Amino acid sequence: MTTITINGNQQQIDADPNMPLLWVIRDLLGLTGTKYGCGVAQCGACVVHLNGDAVRSCVTRLSRAEGQQIVTIEGLSKNNDHPVQLAWNEESVPQCGYCHSGQIMSAAVLLRENSNPSDADIDAAMAGNICRCGTYQRIRKAIRLAAELQRKEGTNK
Amino acid sequence: MKEGTNYDLPIRAFAVTGILLTAIGIMASGLHSSDKNETAPASPVYEIKRDSITSLKAFKQVYKVLMSPRCMNCHPSGDIPLQGEDSHLHTMSPQRGSDGKGVYAMKCSNCHQPTNTPGLHTPPGNPNWHLPPADMKMVFQGRTPRQLAEQLIDPKRNGNKDIKKLIAHADDGLVLAAWNPGEGRNLPPLSHADFKRAWITWLTTGAYAPK
Repeated sequence: MTTITINGNQQQIDADPNMPLLWVIRDLLGLTGTKYGCGVAQCGACVVHLNGDAVRSCVTRLSRAEGQQIVTIEGLSKNNDHPVQLAWNEESVPQCGYCHSGQIMSAAVLLRENSNPSDADIDAAMAGNICRCGTYQRIRKAIRLAAELQRKEGTNK
Repeated sequence: MKEGTNYDLPIRAFAVTGILLTAIGIMASGLHSSDKNETAPASPVYEIKRDSITSLKAFKQVYKVLMSPRCMNCHPSGDIPLQGEDSHLHTMSPQRGSDGKGVYAMKCSNCHQPTNTPGLHTPPGNPNWHLPPADMKMVFQGRTPRQLAEQLIDPKRNGNKDIKKLIAHADDGLVLAAWNPGEGRNLPPLSHADFKRAWITWLTTGAYAPK
């Protein structure tokens, strides 16, 4: 039995400690906002926060998450009102949408660490999140807007 | 007196045992002296015996290993690590960051787990995966044998390491990871034992830099 805290709730997981965290999140806990993309940490669709870091849950074993704090897209904000979520909505960023929970989770880490990122900072932070629809320009625009919203609110989520 | 007599035998026995153990210890240490590098204790004392021929010969071996992809890929000349047997730039361009552990959502440990991920060409793992930090890049890529040798023994460019620390570094967890690279990756050209032997030989014979 492995204990993890996910979106603020402590969970007892009865699974092989080598099981990818992504499977735990999606198949055992039913939190399907996090997506399976490549399975080998190449695309970023499965990004969740592990103690605040944007880990790829497809290669992160359950054992690494034991006793740690996990946040998925479902737990990023209580009312889907994280500045990044608001900006994504405002800029209508997604096309098919498949990669965007990962994109948003990565962008949230960027804005937590850098409240006023340059385009170079955005590129550096988001280079590991692939979008096959090619929404990169809207992603960049939304991150700039999210930074602005965050500064206005004086939040630092 | 009787009690004293009783203690005589054990004391004599301990003394004899002690002498025997010391003798065995000396013999064993003598036997080990020929390959002490392989069985080096935690804090060995290395004697420097300058010998340029032996030193340069050893460095040839050292250089071959350090310039192999398993070592050089994380000692790039730029701020993006290298990948693969051809040492191409790491896909998705992760950046060094000030501490060598990446930036923002692109930290090394976001993909590189504490252990290797199963499967061909999946991210290799180590609990301390990182590049050298931005203020001490310790570049291997593009260095000639002479440049690399001089850099390796310069504390201002080698992470503030003296000879003792350099020798200990051969057993650093991330150095050892080169010999456990994950599926689909070649090993360095020497075994770790042979590398360590060459490394210590180079350092303890004067750490000569090739011309």
